[in-house]
Amino acid sequence: MLDTTRIRPDFPILQQKENGQRLVYLDNAATSQKPRRVIDAIVHYYSFHNANVHRGAYALAVEATEAYEAARTAVARFVNAWAREGVVFTRGTTESINLVAASWGRTNVKRGDTVVVTAMDHHSNIVPWQILCQEKSATLRMVEITEDGRIDLSDFGRALEAKPKIVAFPYVSNALGTVNPAAQLSKLAHAAGAVTVVDGAQSSPHLRVDVQTIDCDFYALSGHKMLAPMGSGALIAKPALLEAMPPYHGGGEMIERVWDDRSTWNKIPHKFEGGTPNVEAAVGLGAAIAYLEQLGMEKIAAHEQELARLTIERLSQIDGVTVYGPREHRAGVVPFTYGDIHPHDLATILDKDGVCIRAGHHCTQPLMRRLGVAATARASFYIYNDVDDIDALVTAVRKAGELFGVPA
Amino acid sequence: MSDLSDLYQQVILDHNRNPRNFKRVDLANRKAEGNNPLCGDRIQLYVQLDGDTITDIGFQMPQGSGCAISKASASLMTDAVKGKTAAAAETMFQEFRDMLAGGTNAPGKLAAFSGVRAFPSRIKCANLAWHALHAALQNSAQPVTTESARDF
Repeated sequence: MLDTTRIRPDFPILQQKENGQRLVYLDNAATSQKPRRVIDAIVHYYSFHNANVHRGAYALAVEATEAYEAARTAVARFVNAWAREGVVFTRGTTESINLVAASWGRTNVKRGDTVVVTAMDHHSNIVPWQILCQEKSATLRMVEITEDGRIDLSDFGRALEAKPKIVAFPYVSNALGTVNPAAQLSKLAHAAGAVTVVDGAQSSPHLRVDVQTIDCDFYALSGHKMLAPMGSGALIAKPALLEAMPPYHGGGEMIERVWDDRSTWNKIPHKFEGGTPNVEAAVGLGAAIAYLEQLGMEKIAAHEQELARLTIERLSQIDGVTVYGPREHRAGVVPFTYGDIHPHDLATILDKDGVCIRAGHHCTQPLMRRLGVAATARASFYIYNDVDDIDALVTAVRKAGELFGVPA
Repeated sequence: MSDLSDLYQQVILDHNRNPRNFKRVDLANRKAEGNNPLCGDRIQLYVQLDGDTITDIGFQMPQGSGCAISKASASLMTDAVKGKTAAAAETMFQEFRDMLAGGTNAPGKLAAFSGVRAFPSRIKCANLAWHALHAALQNSAQPVTTESARDF
Protein backbone atom coordinates (compact mmCIF):
# COMPACT_ATOMS: atom_id res chain seq x y z
CA MET A 1 0.00 0.00 0.00
CA LEU A 2 1.08 3.59 -0.57
CA ASP A 3 2.10 5.64 2.46
CA THR A 4 -0.90 7.99 2.54
CA THR A 5 0.48 9.85 5.58
CA ARG A 6 3.09 11.24 3.20
CA ILE A 7 0.69 11.80 0.30
CA ARG A 8 -2.26 13.46 2.04
CA PRO A 9 -0.34 16.58 3.17
CA ASP A 10 0.40 17.31 -0.51
CA PHE A 11 -3.33 17.97 -1.10
CA PRO A 12 -4.52 21.27 0.38
CA ILE A 13 -8.21 20.38 0.03
CA LEU A 14 -7.81 17.25 2.15
CA GLN A 15 -6.79 19.44 5.07
CA GLN A 16 -10.23 21.00 5.26
CA LYS A 17 -13.44 19.72 6.80
CA GLU A 18 -16.61 18.52 5.11
CA ASN A 19 -19.65 19.21 7.29
CA GLY A 20 -17.33 19.53 10.27
CA GLN A 21 -15.79 16.11 9.68
CA ARG A 22 -12.51 14.90 8.21
CA LEU A 23 -12.98 15.08 4.43
CA VAL A 24 -13.26 11.53 3.09
CA TYR A 25 -13.17 12.03 -0.65
CA LEU A 26 -14.38 8.91 -2.43
CA ASP A 27 -15.60 10.38 -5.71
CA ASN A 28 -12.36 10.08 -7.61
CA ALA A 29 -13.95 8.49 -10.66
CA ALA A 30 -15.75 11.83 -11.08
CA THR A 31 -12.70 14.00 -10.52
CA SER A 32 -9.52 13.85 -8.48
CA GLN A 33 -8.15 16.37 -6.03
CA LYS A 34 -5.04 18.36 -6.93
CA PRO A 35 -1.66 18.26 -5.17
CA ARG A 36 0.19 21.44 -4.26
CA ARG A 37 2.73 20.62 -6.97
CA VAL A 38 0.09 20.91 -9.72
CA ILE A 39 -1.45 24.06 -8.26
CA ASP A 40 2.02 25.59 -7.92
CA ALA A 41 2.92 24.67 -11.49
CA ILE A 42 -0.06 26.67 -12.76
CA VAL A 43 0.70 29.63 -10.51
CA HIS A 44 4.36 29.47 -11.56
CA TYR A 45 3.42 29.40 -15.23
CA TYR A 46 1.27 32.51 -14.94
CA SER A 47 3.76 34.24 -12.64
CA PHE A 48 6.80 33.74 -14.82
CA HIS A 49 6.17 32.27 -18.30
CA ASN A 50 2.77 33.35 -19.63
CA ALA A 51 2.57 34.35 -23.32
CA ASN A 52 0.77 32.97 -26.33
CA VAL A 53 2.40 29.84 -27.72
CA HIS A 54 3.92 28.97 -31.10
CA ARG A 55 3.93 32.50 -32.47
CA GLY A 56 5.87 34.94 -30.37
CA ALA A 57 9.29 36.13 -31.45
CA TYR A 58 10.36 36.97 -27.93
CA ALA A 59 11.83 35.01 -25.05
CA LEU A 60 8.68 34.82 -22.94
CA ALA A 61 6.69 33.29 -25.82
CA VAL A 62 9.43 30.76 -26.35
CA GLU A 63 9.26 29.83 -22.66
CA ALA A 64 5.49 29.39 -22.83
CA THR A 65 5.83 27.24 -25.93
CA GLU A 66 8.51 25.15 -24.28
CA ALA A 67 6.34 24.61 -21.20
CA TYR A 68 3.39 23.59 -23.38
CA GLU A 69 5.43 21.24 -25.55
CA ALA A 70 7.19 19.72 -22.53
CA ALA A 71 3.76 18.71 -21.26
CA ARG A 72 3.09 17.01 -24.61
CA THR A 73 6.29 15.04 -24.23
CA ALA A 74 5.26 14.04 -20.70
CA VAL A 75 1.88 12.75 -21.91
CA ALA A 76 3.53 10.85 -24.77
CA ARG A 77 5.94 9.13 -22.37
CA PHE A 78 3.19 8.49 -19.80
CA VAL A 79 1.05 6.37 -22.15
CA ASN A 80 3.93 5.28 -24.43
CA ALA A 81 2.44 7.12 -27.41
CA TRP A 82 3.53 6.21 -30.94
CA ALA A 83 5.07 9.67 -31.30
CA ARG A 84 4.78 12.98 -29.50
CA GLU A 85 3.13 14.32 -32.67
CA GLY A 86 0.39 11.81 -31.97
CA VAL A 87 -0.62 13.65 -28.78
CA VAL A 88 -3.35 16.24 -29.40
CA PHE A 89 -4.28 18.39 -26.42
CA THR A 90 -8.04 18.60 -25.86
CA ARG A 91 -10.39 19.64 -23.08
CA GLY A 92 -10.66 16.03 -22.00
CA THR A 93 -11.95 12.61 -22.96
CA THR A 94 -15.27 13.92 -24.23
CA GLU A 95 -13.66 16.33 -26.63
CA SER A 96 -11.10 13.73 -27.72
CA ILE A 97 -13.83 11.27 -28.68
CA ASN A 98 -15.88 13.96 -30.38
CA LEU A 99 -12.80 14.90 -32.38
CA VAL A 100 -12.43 11.33 -33.63
CA ALA A 101 -16.15 11.05 -34.41
CA ALA A 102 -16.27 14.38 -36.22
CA SER A 103 -13.04 14.00 -38.15
CA TRP A 104 -12.21 10.33 -38.75
CA GLY A 105 -15.85 9.29 -38.38
CA ARG A 106 -17.42 11.76 -40.77
CA THR A 107 -14.75 11.03 -43.36
CA ASN A 108 -14.88 7.26 -43.20
CA VAL A 109 -18.29 6.16 -41.96
CA LYS A 110 -20.82 5.83 -44.77
CA ARG A 111 -24.50 4.98 -45.04
CA GLY A 112 -25.12 1.43 -43.90
CA ASP A 113 -21.84 1.12 -42.00
CA THR A 114 -21.70 -0.03 -38.40
CA VAL A 115 -20.13 1.55 -35.33
CA VAL A 116 -19.75 -0.64 -32.25
CA VAL A 117 -19.85 0.54 -28.63
CA THR A 118 -20.47 -1.38 -25.42
CA ALA A 119 -23.29 -1.28 -22.89
CA MET A 120 -20.81 -0.22 -20.21
CA ASP A 121 -19.60 2.84 -22.07
CA HIS A 122 -19.88 6.30 -20.53
CA HIS A 123 -22.24 8.62 -22.39
CA SER A 124 -19.15 10.38 -23.75
CA ASN A 125 -18.27 7.24 -25.69
CA ILE A 126 -21.85 6.63 -26.84
CA VAL A 127 -23.47 9.93 -27.73
CA PRO A 128 -20.80 11.16 -30.23
CA TRP A 129 -21.26 7.88 -32.10
CA GLN A 130 -25.05 8.20 -31.99
CA ILE A 131 -24.77 11.66 -33.53
CA LEU A 132 -22.39 10.35 -36.20
CA CYS A 133 -24.55 7.33 -37.02
CA GLN A 134 -27.70 9.42 -37.25
CA GLU A 135 -25.99 11.86 -39.60
CA LYS A 136 -24.60 9.08 -41.80
CA SER A 137 -27.54 6.67 -41.58
CA ALA A 138 -25.14 4.17 -40.09
CA THR A 139 -25.96 1.56 -37.46
CA LEU A 140 -24.84 1.85 -33.86
CA ARG A 141 -24.41 -1.61 -32.32
CA MET A 142 -24.17 -1.86 -28.55
CA VAL A 143 -22.33 -4.92 -27.24
CA GLU A 144 -23.97 -6.53 -24.21
CA ILE A 145 -22.31 -7.16 -20.87
CA THR A 146 -22.21 -10.34 -18.81
CA GLU A 147 -24.11 -10.67 -15.55
CA ASP A 148 -20.96 -9.95 -13.53
CA GLY A 149 -20.24 -6.77 -15.47
CA ARG A 150 -17.72 -7.68 -18.16
CA ILE A 151 -17.95 -7.14 -21.88
CA ASP A 152 -19.71 -10.18 -23.33
CA LEU A 153 -17.01 -11.51 -25.64
CA SER A 154 -19.36 -13.72 -27.64
CA ASP A 155 -21.64 -10.75 -28.30
CA PHE A 156 -18.55 -8.69 -29.12
CA GLY A 157 -17.66 -11.35 -31.70
CA ARG A 158 -21.16 -11.25 -33.18
CA ALA A 159 -21.00 -7.45 -33.42
CA LEU A 160 -17.74 -7.72 -35.37
CA GLU A 161 -19.44 -9.86 -38.01
CA ALA A 162 -20.96 -6.65 -39.38
CA LYS A 163 -17.40 -5.49 -40.22
CA PRO A 164 -17.76 -2.24 -38.27
CA LYS A 165 -15.75 0.83 -39.22
CA ILE A 166 -15.20 1.82 -35.59
CA VAL A 167 -15.12 -0.17 -32.37
CA ALA A 168 -15.19 1.94 -29.20
CA PHE A 169 -14.90 0.68 -25.63
CA PRO A 170 -13.69 1.80 -22.20
CA TYR A 171 -10.40 0.48 -20.84
CA VAL A 172 -11.89 0.76 -17.33
CA SER A 173 -15.61 1.15 -16.66
CA ASN A 174 -16.44 4.22 -14.58
CA ALA A 175 -19.64 2.67 -13.26
CA LEU A 176 -18.49 -0.93 -12.62
CA GLY A 177 -14.74 -0.72 -12.20
CA THR A 178 -14.23 -3.46 -14.79
CA VAL A 179 -10.76 -3.50 -16.35
CA ASN A 180 -11.41 -4.64 -19.89
CA PRO A 181 -8.93 -6.74 -21.89
CA ALA A 182 -8.14 -3.79 -24.12
CA ALA A 183 -5.39 -5.46 -26.16
CA GLN A 184 -7.53 -8.49 -26.88
CA LEU A 185 -10.56 -6.38 -27.85
CA SER A 186 -8.43 -4.19 -30.09
CA LYS A 187 -6.88 -7.20 -31.79
CA LEU A 188 -10.30 -8.74 -32.50
CA ALA A 189 -11.62 -5.42 -33.80
CA HIS A 190 -8.61 -4.93 -36.07
CA ALA A 191 -9.07 -8.43 -37.48
CA ALA A 192 -12.59 -7.35 -38.45
CA GLY A 193 -11.19 -4.26 -40.18
CA ALA A 194 -12.22 -1.63 -37.62
CA VAL A 195 -10.29 1.20 -36.03
CA THR A 196 -10.46 1.15 -32.24
CA VAL A 197 -11.24 4.04 -29.92
CA VAL A 198 -10.40 3.48 -26.27
CA ASP A 199 -11.96 5.64 -23.57
CA GLY A 200 -9.04 5.96 -21.19
CA ALA A 201 -10.67 8.38 -18.72
CA GLN A 202 -10.66 5.80 -15.92
CA SER A 203 -7.51 3.88 -16.85
CA SER A 204 -5.01 6.72 -17.30
CA PRO A 205 -5.17 7.86 -13.63
CA HIS A 206 -4.96 4.38 -12.17
CA LEU A 207 -3.01 1.91 -14.35
CA ARG A 208 0.22 1.71 -16.27
CA VAL A 209 -1.11 2.44 -19.76
CA ASP A 210 0.82 1.47 -22.88
CA VAL A 211 -1.15 2.36 -25.99
CA GLN A 212 1.32 0.53 -28.22
CA THR A 213 0.79 -2.70 -26.29
CA ILE A 214 -2.97 -2.24 -26.39
CA ASP A 215 -2.47 -1.43 -30.06
CA CYS A 216 -5.60 0.70 -30.28
CA ASP A 217 -5.85 3.49 -32.87
CA PHE A 218 -7.19 6.29 -30.68
CA TYR A 219 -6.89 6.70 -26.92
CA ALA A 220 -8.67 9.48 -25.01
CA LEU A 221 -7.81 10.76 -21.54
CA SER A 222 -8.90 13.47 -19.10
CA GLY A 223 -6.40 15.31 -16.97
CA HIS A 224 -8.78 16.26 -14.17
CA LYS A 225 -9.24 12.64 -13.10
CA MET A 226 -5.45 12.27 -12.72
CA LEU A 227 -4.54 15.21 -10.45
CA ALA A 228 -4.46 17.76 -13.29
CA PRO A 229 -6.77 20.74 -13.86
CA MET A 230 -10.24 20.51 -15.33
CA GLY A 231 -10.13 21.28 -19.02
CA SER A 232 -6.90 19.36 -19.56
CA GLY A 233 -6.85 16.23 -21.65
CA ALA A 234 -5.48 14.55 -24.71
CA LEU A 235 -6.21 12.41 -27.70
CA ILE A 236 -3.39 9.97 -28.39
CA ALA A 237 -3.47 8.54 -31.89
CA LYS A 238 -1.43 6.75 -34.50
CA PRO A 239 0.24 9.59 -36.41
CA ALA A 240 -0.62 8.17 -39.84
CA LEU A 241 -4.32 8.32 -38.96
CA LEU A 242 -4.06 11.93 -37.78
CA GLU A 243 -2.17 12.86 -40.97
CA ALA A 244 -5.03 11.58 -43.11
CA MET A 245 -7.80 13.19 -41.08
CA PRO A 246 -9.40 16.56 -41.80
CA PRO A 247 -9.18 19.26 -39.10
CA TYR A 248 -11.66 19.45 -36.23
CA HIS A 249 -11.78 23.16 -35.35
CA GLY A 250 -10.81 25.80 -37.88
CA GLY A 251 -8.96 28.88 -36.70
CA GLY A 252 -5.55 30.19 -35.80
CA GLU A 253 -2.68 27.86 -35.01
CA MET A 254 -4.06 24.95 -37.07
CA ILE A 255 -3.28 26.46 -40.49
CA GLU A 256 -0.22 26.61 -42.72
CA ARG A 257 -1.40 29.16 -45.33
CA VAL A 258 -4.73 30.95 -45.51
CA TRP A 259 -5.90 32.11 -48.94
CA ASP A 260 -9.05 34.11 -49.55
CA ASP A 261 -11.10 31.02 -50.25
CA ARG A 262 -9.17 28.08 -48.79
CA SER A 263 -6.39 27.10 -46.45
CA THR A 264 -3.76 24.47 -45.98
CA TRP A 265 -3.21 22.78 -42.67
CA ASN A 266 -0.48 22.88 -40.11
CA LYS A 267 1.44 19.71 -39.24
CA ILE A 268 0.01 17.29 -36.68
CA PRO A 269 -0.77 17.65 -33.84
CA HIS A 270 -1.23 21.41 -34.39
CA LYS A 271 -3.72 20.75 -37.19
CA PHE A 272 -6.14 19.71 -34.44
CA GLU A 273 -5.38 22.50 -31.99
CA GLY A 274 -7.16 25.50 -33.49
CA GLY A 275 -7.18 28.61 -31.34
CA THR A 276 -5.09 29.53 -28.31
CA PRO A 277 -4.70 26.32 -26.33
CA ASN A 278 -5.20 25.88 -22.61
CA VAL A 279 -1.50 26.12 -21.77
CA GLU A 280 -2.18 26.30 -18.04
CA ALA A 281 -4.03 22.98 -18.24
CA ALA A 282 -1.22 21.34 -20.20
CA VAL A 283 1.38 22.59 -17.74
CA GLY A 284 -0.75 21.29 -14.85
CA LEU A 285 -1.11 17.94 -16.61
CA GLY A 286 2.65 17.72 -17.02
CA ALA A 287 3.11 18.35 -13.29
CA ALA A 288 0.45 15.78 -12.43
CA ILE A 289 2.19 13.16 -14.55
CA ALA A 290 5.48 13.88 -12.81
CA TYR A 291 3.76 13.38 -9.44
CA LEU A 292 2.14 10.11 -10.51
CA GLU A 293 5.34 8.77 -12.05
CA GLN A 294 7.18 9.47 -8.83
CA LEU A 295 4.71 7.26 -6.96
CA GLY A 296 4.72 4.62 -9.69
CA MET A 297 1.61 3.56 -11.60
CA GLU A 298 1.96 -0.12 -10.63
CA LYS A 299 1.99 0.85 -6.94
CA ILE A 300 -1.00 3.13 -7.45
CA ALA A 301 -2.96 0.34 -9.13
CA ALA A 302 -2.10 -2.15 -6.38
CA HIS A 303 -3.04 0.37 -3.66
CA GLU A 304 -6.45 1.09 -5.12
CA GLN A 305 -7.22 -2.54 -5.89
CA GLU A 306 -6.49 -3.43 -2.27
CA LEU A 307 -8.78 -0.63 -1.05
CA ALA A 308 -11.52 -1.83 -3.39
CA ARG A 309 -11.08 -5.43 -2.24
CA LEU A 310 -11.35 -4.40 1.43
CA THR A 311 -14.36 -2.19 0.74
CA ILE A 312 -16.20 -4.93 -1.12
CA GLU A 313 -15.43 -7.38 1.68
CA ARG A 314 -16.69 -5.03 4.38
CA LEU A 315 -19.76 -3.72 2.55
CA SER A 316 -20.76 -7.28 1.67
CA GLN A 317 -20.96 -8.06 5.39
CA ILE A 318 -23.90 -5.65 5.67
CA ASP A 319 -27.21 -7.38 4.98
CA GLY A 320 -29.01 -5.76 2.09
CA VAL A 321 -25.91 -4.37 0.38
CA THR A 322 -25.38 -5.38 -3.24
CA VAL A 323 -22.00 -4.68 -4.84
CA TYR A 324 -21.90 -4.49 -8.65
CA GLY A 325 -19.12 -5.39 -11.04
CA PRO A 326 -16.79 -8.31 -11.58
CA ARG A 327 -14.94 -10.12 -8.80
CA GLU A 328 -11.62 -9.93 -10.62
CA HIS A 329 -9.95 -7.52 -13.01
CA ARG A 330 -11.41 -4.46 -11.42
CA ALA A 331 -10.06 -1.05 -10.56
CA GLY A 332 -10.70 1.02 -7.43
CA VAL A 333 -14.37 1.63 -8.18
CA VAL A 334 -17.04 0.09 -5.93
CA PRO A 335 -20.67 0.59 -7.01
CA PHE A 336 -23.32 -0.59 -4.60
CA THR A 337 -26.90 -0.32 -3.46
CA TYR A 338 -28.31 -0.82 0.03
CA GLY A 339 -31.77 -2.32 0.44
CA ASP A 340 -34.37 0.09 -0.85
CA ILE A 341 -32.46 3.19 0.26
CA HIS A 342 -32.13 5.41 -2.77
CA PRO A 343 -28.46 6.16 -3.56
CA HIS A 344 -29.16 9.89 -3.30
CA ASP A 345 -30.35 9.47 0.25
CA LEU A 346 -27.26 7.38 0.96
CA ALA A 347 -25.03 10.10 -0.45
CA THR A 348 -26.71 12.79 1.66
CA ILE A 349 -26.39 10.72 4.82
CA LEU A 350 -22.74 9.86 4.12
CA ASP A 351 -21.96 13.49 3.43
CA LYS A 352 -22.98 14.33 6.98
CA ASP A 353 -20.03 12.21 8.09
CA GLY A 354 -17.75 13.96 5.63
CA VAL A 355 -17.86 11.04 3.19
CA CYS A 356 -18.22 12.14 -0.44
CA ILE A 357 -19.52 9.48 -2.82
CA ARG A 358 -21.35 9.63 -6.11
CA ALA A 359 -24.99 8.64 -6.42
CA GLY A 360 -26.81 8.40 -9.70
CA HIS A 361 -26.51 6.86 -13.13
CA HIS A 362 -22.84 7.83 -13.56
CA CYS A 363 -23.51 8.92 -17.16
CA THR A 364 -24.15 5.28 -18.03
CA GLN A 365 -27.90 5.04 -18.51
CA PRO A 366 -27.75 2.05 -20.89
CA LEU A 367 -25.74 0.17 -18.26
CA MET A 368 -28.15 1.13 -15.45
CA ARG A 369 -31.05 -0.26 -17.50
CA ARG A 370 -29.18 -3.54 -17.87
CA LEU A 371 -28.40 -3.70 -14.17
CA GLY A 372 -32.08 -3.06 -13.51
CA VAL A 373 -31.44 -0.07 -11.27
CA ALA A 374 -32.17 3.63 -11.65
CA ALA A 375 -29.01 4.57 -9.81
CA THR A 376 -26.20 3.21 -7.70
CA ALA A 377 -23.95 4.62 -5.00
CA ARG A 378 -20.29 4.56 -5.96
CA ALA A 379 -17.13 4.84 -3.91
CA SER A 380 -13.99 5.32 -5.98
CA PHE A 381 -10.44 5.53 -4.69
CA TYR A 382 -7.21 7.28 -5.40
CA ILE A 383 -3.71 7.63 -4.04
CA TYR A 384 -4.68 9.59 -0.91
CA ASN A 385 -7.39 7.19 0.28
CA ASP A 386 -6.65 4.73 3.03
CA VAL A 387 -8.25 2.20 5.37
CA ASP A 388 -9.54 5.03 7.62
CA ASP A 389 -11.61 6.22 4.67
CA ILE A 390 -13.12 2.76 4.28
CA ASP A 391 -13.95 2.73 8.01
CA ALA A 392 -15.72 6.07 7.65
CA LEU A 393 -17.62 4.83 4.59
CA VAL A 394 -18.78 1.60 6.20
CA THR A 395 -19.76 3.32 9.47
CA ALA A 396 -21.82 5.89 7.58
CA VAL A 397 -23.50 3.24 5.44
CA ARG A 398 -24.53 1.38 8.60
CA LYS A 399 -25.92 4.65 9.99
CA ALA A 400 -28.05 5.06 6.87
CA GLY A 401 -29.42 1.58 7.45
CA GLU A 402 -30.41 2.51 10.99
CA LEU A 403 -32.05 5.77 9.93
CA PHE A 404 -34.07 4.10 7.18
CA GLY A 405 -34.78 0.98 9.21
CA VAL A 406 -33.10 -1.48 6.87
CA PRO A 407 -32.90 -4.73 8.82
CA ALA A 408 -29.32 -5.14 10.08
CA MET B 1 -25.43 23.00 11.43
CA SER B 2 -28.52 21.14 10.52
CA ASP B 3 -28.93 17.53 11.45
CA LEU B 4 -29.99 14.55 9.34
CA SER B 5 -33.15 14.22 11.41
CA ASP B 6 -34.16 17.72 10.21
CA LEU B 7 -34.06 16.43 6.65
CA TYR B 8 -35.40 12.95 7.22
CA GLN B 9 -38.25 13.82 9.56
CA GLN B 10 -40.47 10.95 10.64
CA VAL B 11 -43.31 12.06 8.40
CA ILE B 12 -40.96 11.95 5.40
CA LEU B 13 -39.60 8.52 6.30
CA ASP B 14 -43.18 7.31 6.77
CA HIS B 15 -44.41 8.64 3.43
CA ASN B 16 -41.30 7.21 1.73
CA ARG B 17 -42.06 3.77 3.15
CA ASN B 18 -45.82 3.97 2.63
CA PRO B 19 -46.48 6.50 -0.12
CA ARG B 20 -50.10 7.67 -0.34
CA ASN B 21 -51.91 7.86 -3.67
CA PHE B 22 -49.20 5.67 -5.16
CA LYS B 23 -51.38 4.57 -8.05
CA ARG B 24 -52.39 5.14 -11.58
CA VAL B 25 -55.66 7.12 -11.80
CA ASP B 26 -57.74 5.53 -14.54
CA LEU B 27 -60.06 8.51 -14.91
CA ALA B 28 -57.21 11.01 -15.03
CA ASN B 29 -57.70 13.71 -17.63
CA ARG B 30 -54.38 15.41 -16.91
CA LYS B 31 -51.02 13.66 -16.89
CA ALA B 32 -47.46 14.80 -16.60
CA GLU B 33 -44.06 13.25 -16.44
CA GLY B 34 -41.30 14.73 -14.33
CA ASN B 35 -37.61 14.00 -14.77
CA ASN B 36 -34.59 14.86 -12.75
CA PRO B 37 -31.89 14.19 -15.35
CA LEU B 38 -29.12 14.60 -12.81
CA CYS B 39 -30.12 11.54 -10.83
CA GLY B 40 -32.47 9.77 -13.21
CA ASP B 41 -35.49 10.16 -10.94
CA ARG B 42 -38.78 9.95 -12.79
CA ILE B 43 -42.37 10.53 -11.74
CA GLN B 44 -45.59 9.93 -13.61
CA LEU B 45 -48.42 12.04 -12.26
CA TYR B 46 -52.15 11.46 -12.88
CA VAL B 47 -54.71 14.14 -12.12
CA GLN B 48 -58.46 13.92 -12.39
CA LEU B 49 -59.73 17.44 -12.75
CA ASP B 50 -63.49 17.94 -12.55
CA GLY B 51 -64.22 21.53 -13.43
CA ASP B 52 -61.64 23.35 -11.38
CA THR B 53 -61.36 20.72 -8.63
CA ILE B 54 -58.75 18.01 -8.27
CA THR B 55 -61.04 15.09 -7.42
CA ASP B 56 -58.35 12.44 -7.64
CA ILE B 57 -54.61 12.36 -8.01
CA GLY B 58 -51.98 9.64 -8.03
CA PHE B 59 -48.36 9.10 -8.93
CA GLN B 60 -46.00 6.35 -9.93
CA MET B 61 -42.25 6.12 -9.95
CA PRO B 62 -40.49 3.40 -11.89
CA GLN B 63 -38.86 0.84 -9.58
CA GLY B 64 -36.08 2.45 -7.60
CA SER B 65 -36.28 5.79 -9.34
CA GLY B 66 -37.45 7.93 -6.47
CA CYS B 67 -35.36 8.97 -3.49
CA ALA B 68 -36.99 9.35 -0.08
CA ILE B 69 -37.34 13.10 -0.52
CA SER B 70 -38.93 13.00 -3.96
CA LYS B 71 -41.23 10.11 -3.12
CA ALA B 72 -42.38 11.53 0.22
CA SER B 73 -42.85 14.93 -1.39
CA ALA B 74 -45.05 13.45 -4.10
CA SER B 75 -47.01 11.52 -1.50
CA LEU B 76 -47.60 14.53 0.77
CA MET B 77 -48.37 16.72 -2.22
CA THR B 78 -51.08 14.42 -3.50
CA ASP B 79 -52.62 14.32 -0.02
CA ALA B 80 -52.47 18.09 0.24
CA VAL B 81 -54.05 18.99 -3.10
CA LYS B 82 -56.72 16.32 -3.34
CA GLY B 83 -60.13 17.98 -3.20
CA LYS B 84 -58.59 21.42 -3.72
CA THR B 85 -59.01 23.71 -6.71
CA ALA B 86 -56.27 24.00 -9.28
CA ALA B 87 -55.67 27.58 -8.19
CA ALA B 88 -55.30 26.52 -4.55
CA ALA B 89 -52.82 23.83 -5.62
CA GLU B 90 -50.76 26.37 -7.53
CA THR B 91 -50.71 28.59 -4.46
CA MET B 92 -49.45 25.69 -2.37
CA PHE B 93 -46.71 25.06 -4.93
CA GLN B 94 -45.67 28.67 -4.61
CA GLU B 95 -45.64 28.42 -0.82
CA PHE B 96 -43.67 25.19 -1.02
CA ARG B 97 -41.07 26.71 -3.34
CA ASP B 98 -40.82 29.81 -1.21
CA MET B 99 -40.17 27.65 1.84
CA LEU B 100 -37.36 25.78 0.07
CA ALA B 101 -35.91 29.06 -1.14
CA GLY B 102 -35.57 30.15 2.47
CA GLY B 103 -39.00 31.63 3.13
CA THR B 104 -41.55 30.77 5.77
CA ASN B 105 -42.81 27.24 6.24
CA ALA B 106 -45.53 25.94 3.97
CA PRO B 107 -48.79 25.10 5.74
CA GLY B 108 -49.63 21.76 7.33
CA LYS B 109 -47.57 18.65 6.80
CA LEU B 110 -45.70 20.26 3.91
CA ALA B 111 -43.64 22.04 6.56
CA ALA B 112 -41.88 18.70 7.07
CA PHE B 113 -39.75 19.65 4.08
CA SER B 114 -38.41 22.79 5.70
CA GLY B 115 -35.25 20.84 6.56
CA VAL B 116 -34.48 20.45 2.84
CA ARG B 117 -33.46 24.14 2.84
CA ALA B 118 -30.19 23.17 4.51
CA PHE B 119 -29.47 20.58 1.82
CA PRO B 120 -29.32 22.53 -1.47
CA SER B 121 -28.46 19.40 -3.44
CA ARG B 122 -31.85 17.94 -2.51
CA ILE B 123 -34.17 20.87 -3.29
CA LYS B 124 -34.82 19.53 -6.78
CA CYS B 125 -35.87 16.20 -5.30
CA ALA B 126 -38.49 17.93 -3.15
CA ASN B 127 -39.79 20.07 -6.01
CA LEU B 128 -39.99 17.36 -8.68
CA ALA B 129 -43.57 16.27 -8.01
CA TRP B 130 -44.76 19.87 -7.73
CA HIS B 131 -43.28 20.74 -11.10
CA ALA B 132 -45.09 17.75 -12.56
CA LEU B 133 -48.34 18.90 -10.96
CA HIS B 134 -47.88 22.39 -12.36
CA ALA B 135 -47.31 20.91 -15.83
CA ALA B 136 -50.39 18.70 -15.50
CA LEU B 137 -52.57 21.63 -14.45
CA GLN B 138 -51.19 23.71 -17.33
CA ASN B 139 -52.00 20.73 -19.54
CA SER B 140 -48.46 20.80 -20.84
CA ALA B 141 -47.59 17.90 -23.12
CA GLN B 142 -43.86 18.35 -22.56
CA PRO B 143 -42.25 16.31 -19.81
CA VAL B 144 -40.91 18.68 -17.19
CA THR B 145 -37.37 18.45 -15.99
CA THR B 146 -35.88 19.91 -12.88
CA GLU B 147 -33.22 21.41 -15.13
CA SER B 148 -35.59 23.69 -16.99
CA ALA B 149 -37.09 24.81 -13.71
CA ARG B 150 -34.91 27.21 -11.78
CA ASP B 151 -34.87 26.02 -8.23
CA PHE B 152 -32.09 28.13 -6.83
